[in-house]
Amino acid sequence: MSKSLFQKVWAAHTVRTLANGQTQLLIGTHLIHEVTSPQAFGMLRDLGLKVLMPQRTFATVDHIVPTDQVTEPYADPLADAMIKSLRRSCQEFGITFFDRATGKQGIVHIVGPEQGITQPGTTIACGDSHTSTHGAFGAIAFGIGTTQIRDVLATQTMALSPLKVRRINVTGRLQPGVYAKDVILHLIRTLGVNGGTGFAYEYGGEVFDRFSMEERMTVCNMSIEGGARAGYVNPDETTFAYLKGRPYAPKGAAWDAAVAGWKAVASDPGCSYDDVVTIRGEDIPPTVTWGINPGQGVGIDGSIPDPAKVAAGDEKTSIEEALAYMKLQPGAPIKGTRIDVAFLGSCTNGRLSDFQEVAKFLKGRRVAPGVKAIAVPGSQGVGVLCVSLGIDRIFRDAGFEWREAGCSMCLAMNPDKLVGDQLCASSSNRNFKGRQGSPTGRTLLMSPLMVAAAAVTGQVSDAREVFNVQKN
Amino acid sequence: MSLEKITAIAGRAVHVPGNDIDTDRIIPARFMKCVTFDGLGAYLFHDVRKNADGTDRPHPLNDPRFAGATILLSGANFGCGSSREHAPQAIQKHGFRAIVAESYAEIFFGNCTTLGIPCFSAARADIQKIAAAVGKDPRLEVVADVGRGEIRFGGQTIKATVRESARDALVNGRWDAIGDLLEGVEAVKRLAARLPYLAT
Repeated sequence: MSKSLFQKVWAAHTVRTLANGQTQLLIGTHLIHEVTSPQAFGMLRDLGLKVLMPQRTFATVDHIVPTDQVTEPYADPLADAMIKSLRRSCQEFGITFFDRATGKQGIVHIVGPEQGITQPGTTIACGDSHTSTHGAFGAIAFGIGTTQIRDVLATQTMALSPLKVRRINVTGRLQPGVYAKDVILHLIRTLGVNGGTGFAYEYGGEVFDRFSMEERMTVCNMSIEGGARAGYVNPDETTFAYLKGRPYAPKGAAWDAAVAGWKAVASDPGCSYDDVVTIRGEDIPPTVTWGINPGQGVGIDGSIPDPAKVAAGDEKTSIEEALAYMKLQPGAPIKGTRIDVAFLGSCTNGRLSDFQEVAKFLKGRRVAPGVKAIAVPGSQGVGVLCVSLGIDRIFRDAGFEWREAGCSMCLAMNPDKLVGDQLCASSSNRNFKGRQGSPTGRTLLMSPLMVAAAAVTGQVSDAREVFNVQKN
Repeated sequence: MSLEKITAIAGRAVHVPGNDIDTDRIIPARFMKCVTFDGLGAYLFHDVRKNADGTDRPHPLNDPRFAGATILLSGANFGCGSSREHAPQAIQKHGFRAIVAESYAEIFFGNCTTLGIPCFSAARADIQKIAAAVGKDPRLEVVADVGRGEIRFGGQTIKATVRESARDALVNGRWDAIGDLLEGVEAVKRLAARLPYLAT
C-alpha cells in the first residue's frame, strides 16, 4: 500500500496507542535550548527521574546570547542564569551541549543540520516551533511545549495525534531574484496563517527538487507560520550529499545502509494525501509583509491594503488593526516604505548561502545613512565559513555590524531589540506586535537580498532593481 | 501520578476578542527569561494591557468588573505562533481554568491540555452570546462542561466541544501524559533497539 513519508515515519516510531487514542511516539532526536528547557529539567528532578537517552539529546544556547559579547557573566543576570542552568543540567544528565566554547554553538535549527544530527526518516522534537525546519531532510520534526520536553527527557516519547498531510507542489522555476523565503511567504499568504492547522506540509515539485538543503530549510522553517506544525521535503541525492561526512552522519558501511533506508522512506509515488495544492513557481514575486502576522504580505510591486475598499468582516477588521499598529498608509505602494533597521539572520535565513548570496550583490555598496544594519550568522560554524570566504568583510565594508551567532533581533530575548516604533526590514519569521523587543516596534519580513536592498536604499525596494539581478 | 478529573469548569467569563491572537502577545518574550514559570500570570497580555509608563491601557483584563474570571473567551486561531508553554502557563497562573474560542493553534492546544486547561471550540455567534450575557452581568456564572460538550450560562446553553482525545484525557484525569508514557518505557527501549539510527 502506498504511503507518504509522514505515514511511514510515524508508523516506524509508534510505540503503542494510549487510552485516549493518541500515539506514544518515539522521538529519535531531542534538541534543546536554554529558554524552554529549565522548567522541564526542574520537573524531571521533581519526579526523581533521569534522562532516558542522553545520547539522543543535544543542547545549544541561542535565544538569550548577546551577539556582541562572548565572555561571561552576561550583563543580563536573567540570561546569565539561563545559560548556567542549561550547562548544569547538561552536565548532570550527561547531555552534549554545544556551548560557545566548543565552536559549535548556534541557533538550534542551524546546528542540528550542520552537525549531521538531523537525518531523514527520523522524528525530531524541540521546545521551539521552528523545529519544522528539520523536516527539510525528510524527518517528522515539530515544536513542543516544556511539559512535553519533560516527557521526552524522561521517556524519549510524547503523546501525540497524527497529522493529516497536504502536498504542496511548486512547479516550474522561480524568477531571478525570487528566493526560498519568497516561496514560503507566498504560500502562507495564499493558504492563510491557520490553513495548515492539523496538517503536515509535504513540499515538492520542480522548484523543491532544484532547491539546496538550505533553501528547503528556509521553507520548512516557516511551515508553522502557516499553521502546519510540521513541514518536510522528501530526501533525495541533494539530502545525502549534504549529510555525507558530517560529524554525526553515519560512516562507512553504516552510511551505505543508511542511504538505502533513507531512499525507502520517501513518499511512494501515487500515495494519497489529505489535500493537494499546486502553485507555479513563476507566479511567486519577491514578497514583503506589511502587517502583524506572516500571512499579511504583498508582492514588491503591490500595495498596502486599503480597508475602505474591503467589505465589512474579519478581513477588514484585521487589516485595520494591522495598519493601526504598523502606521502604514492604506493603499500606498509597499515599495518606498522607509526603514530604520535591517536585520539579516535567524533560523530562517542565517545560513551560509543566505550571506553568500547577499555578499555577491552587496560588494561595493553602502548602507544608507540613518539605517542600523546587523548581520548575524546563525552559528559559529557559519560565522567561521563566512570569515574564511571574506563575506564578513563585505558586510562590514558596506556598513553592517557583523555579530556573533544567536537568535539576535528575531525575538529580542537578548540585547538586540528595536527601540520605540522603529521599522525593521528583517529576514526572520514573525512580525507579530512587539515581536522584535519594543512594544511598538514594527517588522517587515522579506528575503535576505530584499533586506540588503532596503538597507542600502533606506526603504523597501525591489532588490532586482537595486542590485541589477540578471535573468539567467 | 493522580490527576484531577476535569469534567466542568464553573466561574465567571471575560471576552478578549480578536482572531490570530499570538503567543508573543499573550506573553512577550522578554518575560520568558526565567527558569521557573512562577509569577508569569502578572505578565499576561502585558504589552497590550500596559502603556510604556506602566499605566493601564483599555483592555478587558484590566476591567475590574471581570477580575477573578476563570473562563477566557476569544476568536479564531487563538494561541498561534510559538510553541512556548509560557503562554498557557501565564493564562493559568493569571487564574484562568478554561478557554472558549473558535479555533486554536495546534501546539498551543496541546500545551493547554497538558496543563489541564480545556480548550473548547464553539461557533462565533455562540461565543458572542456568552460575551453579551457577561457584558450585561459580569458576575454571571458560566459552566463550561467538558464531558457534555456544552456551555451553560444564564438559562442558555451553547454547544462547545473539546477535541475527543483531549476531552477523554481531561475527564479521565489523564491529561498529563507522563504516567501513561512512563508505563511504556520498556516498549520504548525495544523499539529504539530496532531503529538503526537509535540502536548504535
